[in-house]
Amino acid sequence: MIAFVLQRLLQSIAVLFAVGLIAFSMFRFAGDPVNQIVGVDTPYAERVAIRKDLGLDDPVAVQFLRYAGNVVRGEFGTSYQFRQPVSALLAERMPATLELALCATIFALTVGILMGVYCALRRETWLAKVFLAISLVGISLPTFLIGILLIFLFSVTLGWLPSFGRGDTVRLGWWTTGFLTASGLRALILPSVTLGLFQMTLIMRLVRAEMLEVLRTDYIRFARARGLTTRSIHLGHALKNTLVPVITIAGLQLGSVIAFSIITETVFQWPGMGLLFVQAVQNVDIPIMAAYLLLVAAIFVVINLVVDVLYTIVDPRLRLSTGRSA
Amino acid sequence: MTEPVLSVRNLRVAFAGRRGTLTAIDDVSFDIARGEILGVVGESGAGKSVTGSAVIGLIDPPGGIVGGQILLKGERIDDLSPEAMRRIRGRRIGMIFQDPLTSLNPLYRVGRQIVETIRTHTDLSEKAARRRAIDLLAEVGIPAPERRIDGYPHEFSGGMRQRVVIALALAAEPELIIADEPTTALDVSVQAQIIALLKRLGTERGTAVMLVTHDMGVIAEAADRVAVMYSGRIAEIGPVRDVVQNPLHPYAKGLMGAIPTLAQETDRLAQIPGSMPRLSNIPKGCAFNPRCPSAFTRCVVERPDPIPVGAHRVACHLYDRSEASAA
Amino acid sequence: MKASTQDILPAPKRSALARFRDSDLYASFRRSKLAMGAFAVTLLFFLLAVAAPWISPQNPYDPAQLELMNSSLPPLWYADGVSPFALGTDDQGRDVLSAVFYGLRLSLVVGLLGVVVSGFLGILLGLVAGYFGGVIDTLIMRVADVQLTFPAILIALVVDGVAKAALGSQMDANAAIGLIVLSIGLSFWVQYARTVRSSVLVEKNKDYVQAGRLIGLSSPVIMVRHVLPNVLGPVFVIATINLALAIITEATLSFLGTGLPDSMPSLGTLIRTGNRFLFSGEWWIVAFPGLALAGLVLAINLLGDWLRDALNPRLQ
Repeated sequence: MIAFVLQRLLQSIAVLFAVGLIAFSMFRFAGDPVNQIVGVDTPYAERVAIRKDLGLDDPVAVQFLRYAGNVVRGEFGTSYQFRQPVSALLAERMPATLELALCATIFALTVGILMGVYCALRRETWLAKVFLAISLVGISLPTFLIGILLIFLFSVTLGWLPSFGRGDTVRLGWWTTGFLTASGLRALILPSVTLGLFQMTLIMRLVRAEMLEVLRTDYIRFARARGLTTRSIHLGHALKNTLVPVITIAGLQLGSVIAFSIITETVFQWPGMGLLFVQAVQNVDIPIMAAYLLLVAAIFVVINLVVDVLYTIVDPRLRLSTGRSA
Repeated sequence: MTEPVLSVRNLRVAFAGRRGTLTAIDDVSFDIARGEILGVVGESGAGKSVTGSAVIGLIDPPGGIVGGQILLKGERIDDLSPEAMRRIRGRRIGMIFQDPLTSLNPLYRVGRQIVETIRTHTDLSEKAARRRAIDLLAEVGIPAPERRIDGYPHEFSGGMRQRVVIALALAAEPELIIADEPTTALDVSVQAQIIALLKRLGTERGTAVMLVTHDMGVIAEAADRVAVMYSGRIAEIGPVRDVVQNPLHPYAKGLMGAIPTLAQETDRLAQIPGSMPRLSNIPKGCAFNPRCPSAFTRCVVERPDPIPVGAHRVACHLYDRSEASAA
Repeated sequence: MKASTQDILPAPKRSALARFRDSDLYASFRRSKLAMGAFAVTLLFFLLAVAAPWISPQNPYDPAQLELMNSSLPPLWYADGVSPFALGTDDQGRDVLSAVFYGLRLSLVVGLLGVVVSGFLGILLGLVAGYFGGVIDTLIMRVADVQLTFPAILIALVVDGVAKAALGSQMDANAAIGLIVLSIGLSFWVQYARTVRSSVLVEKNKDYVQAGRLIGLSSPVIMVRHVLPNVLGPVFVIATINLALAIITEATLSFLGTGLPDSMPSLGTLIRTGNRFLFSGEWWIVAFPGLALAGLVLAINLLGDWLRDALNPRLQ
C-alpha cells in the first residue's frame, strides 16, 4: 500500500515537472517578456537593464530552477493585462470555479447514477430509451451550445433564472461563496447543469453498462438463488459493485470538470479562473496561462492520487496488492 | 411410502430465439426423496443445468417453463408468483454454483453475505444470525470460523470458498439443494472433500440433493440414483450402481464405457461417435438415433417414452415389450 | 499464362463495389435505420458545404454585398421577412442561410484537416513507438499519458495562445485556419498513436514480418506496407468520432473568441456573435448556426458509434 502510494507520488511529481517545463518554456520563449513589460519607445539600454533584472541573461537551467522555486512559493509572476500578481488574481477567482465545479459534479453524479441505474434495471421501458437518447444528445452537443439553449429557455423565454454572473456572494475570509444567498444559489443552477451535463451522460452510460455487466455475474445469480430480495440485490450487491469503477471515472472527471469550466464560464460570464484563462489566451497574457496550466495539472494530479487511494479502500481485493499498474 | 421432496412431472422448458422456439427440456420427470442424492449427468447442452435452474425458478427470459409441473413436498411451485418463489429460494431450495471464485460478491465479507441470507429468511437478530453463520462455517469445515467470518472472499482458497458457498446455500436449512457442477472448478483432492460434505448433508440433515455434473466419477462416488440426460430428455434413470454397472440405454452404455476404471485394463476408452445434436436440430424420433449403434426403423419415426425395466426407467424402443413380442 | 492473368486481374476490380455490397459492414448498415439516417444527414451537410458558393443567395465574406438596410430581418415565415433571406439576416445585413452554408464549409474543412493532421501525427508516432520500442517508445507514450490527463480543448487553447504569443496576435484568416488545424492536430493524436502502437507490437512478432526481414525488406517498408493495413479499421473509427470532436473543438475555440475571425465566420463564430442577440429577440441569428452544428455533430457521432459497433463484433 505504502509502496503503491509512493510510486504514484513519484509519477505525479514527474507529471508536474513536465508541465512545469512547458509552462516555463511558454513563459520564457513565447514572445519576449521584456516587450510585455515596457512600451515600444523604451530605449535599448533600459531594455537591457530590465532583461538583467528579470534574470533573462542567466543560463536557461538557472532560470527554470528560479521559476520552479517561485512557483512552489506561489509566485506566478505578474499579469500583462492586469498588472497584478497572477497568484492574487487566481485566488480571487478560485472560489467561483470550485463552487461551480462542485455543484456540477454533484449534479452529474446524482442524476447520472440514478438515470444509469434506472436504465439498467428497466431496460425495456420507454423512459429508459428517452434517457439513452438524452445521453446521446448530451455527449454529442458542444457545451456552449447547451448553455445557450438553457439560457434561451430559462432566462430569455421563461425568465426564471439569471443568465450570467454569480448573483450575490458572501465573503468568508478570502473565500467568496454563492451558497449563502438566494440569488447566488439561483445563479448556480444553469451553469452547473451546463457544466455537469456532459459528465452526467458519461456517468449514466457507464453506470448502465457496468450494472448490466454486474447483473450477469455469478454472484448476482447466486444472490438470487439464495432468495434475497430484488431490492437488496439491485441496490446492495449490484450497485456497490457497479460504483467501484464509476467512482474512479467520476473522480478523474472532476479534473476535467474544472478544465471544462472554461467554456461554461465564458457562456455565463462566470467570474472564475476559466474565464480569466480565456481572457488571457485572447490577450496573450502568458503568466496567467502558464499559472492556470500548472494549477490545473496540480489539481489533476491530486485528484488522481485521491482516487487511487479511495479505490483501494473501496475494493478490498486491492488492499493487499501493492504493485498495481495502470 | 413417504412423499418425495421434489417431484418433477413432464417438465418442458423453452427459449424463444430469433428463429423460433428452442425446447431445452422436453418431458422430463423424476423424484428426489429425503436424504437422497440424485445425480444428473450428461454432455454440456443436454439440459442438466437448465433443469436445475427451472426447479429453483431462475430461468430468465427469453426462456421459460412451458409445460409440466414441479412439486416441492407435494405443492406446486412452478406457477408461483415471483415474490412467493423468491421466498422459497434459499429458504426451501438452496443452490450451489460451479465456480466458487465468482459465486461470492467480492466486495462483501463472507459473514455479511451469510447473515443477510439468514436474516432474509428467518426472524433471527443480527447477533443470533452471526452466531449461526459461525456454526455453519464450522459445519462445512472451515477452520477458525469466528475469525474467518470477517474475511473477504478473495482471502479464501478455491476449496474453502466452495465450502462458504455451501454454507450460504445451507443458511436457512433448505430441504433441497441443487448443486450445479459443484466440483468442476476444483482440484481433485478438494473435489473428494466437497463430495463427502454433500453426502454428509443427506445423512445428517436429510437434505435432498440434485447433483448436476458431467463427471460420471463424481456421480458414482456421491449419488444414490442417477438420471442420464440427452438432448433435453432423460434417457435412463435408476439406482447408481445398476446404471453404472448395467446401463440399458445405448447412450448410457456409451457413457459408462467412457469411464476409465482400474479394474478393466483397456488400451483405449470407448467413444461415442458423433456429437449431440443442437437444440435447433433435434432429429425426429429418438434424439440419439443418428449415433445409436442399435437404432432401427422405429427409432427414426417414433419418440420413445420412458418404460420401467427392473429398477430403471429407460426411454428406448429396445426395451419395449410390445415391440419385442411383435417382432 | 497470359490468358490466366487476364482472367484473374480484372476480376477484383470489377467486383470491388459488389464485394462491398456483400460485406458484413454493408449488411449491418442496411439493418440500422439510425446509421442510414445519420449517413444521409452527414452526406447532406457535406453536399451543402461543397455547394455553398453556388447555392447561397449571398457571399457572407464579401462586405460589398452586405447592406445595412437589410439588417436584422426575421426569417421568411414572419410577416416582415424579406426574400431571399430565408432564415433572416444579422445586424450587418448578412444572410443567415448563406452564413450557415459557408460556416458549415469552414467547420468541415477545419475538422477534416484537423483529423488528417492528428491522424498522420498519431499514426507516425504510434508506428515509431511500437517499432523501435525502448527509450523512444517510453518517451512518446509518457507524453501521450500526460497529455491524456488534460482535456483536448485545454491543449488546443494553450497551443493557440502560445502560437499567438510567438507570432503576434494579429494574423490573417488563412493563418488562423492553419493555427486552429494545428491546435486540433496536437490535441487528438494520442488515441491513434496508442491504437497503432499496440497493433504494431502484436504484428511485429508475426511470421510475415520476420519473413519480410529475411528477404531483405527494410523496417519502415514492412511497417507501412504490412502493419498499416491491419490497423486501418480502428483508425477509421477513431477518425470518424474525432471528426465530430474536431468540429466541436473548432466551434468551441471560435466561440471562445480564439478561433476563426469574425470576418470569416465558422459555425462557432456565428454562434458567438449571434449569442448577443438572444436577449433582443433576434433568436434566428444564433439558432440556425446552432442547429446546423448540432445536427452535423450528432449525425457524425451516430455514424461513428455505428461504425465502431459494426467493426468490433466483440462488443455486440
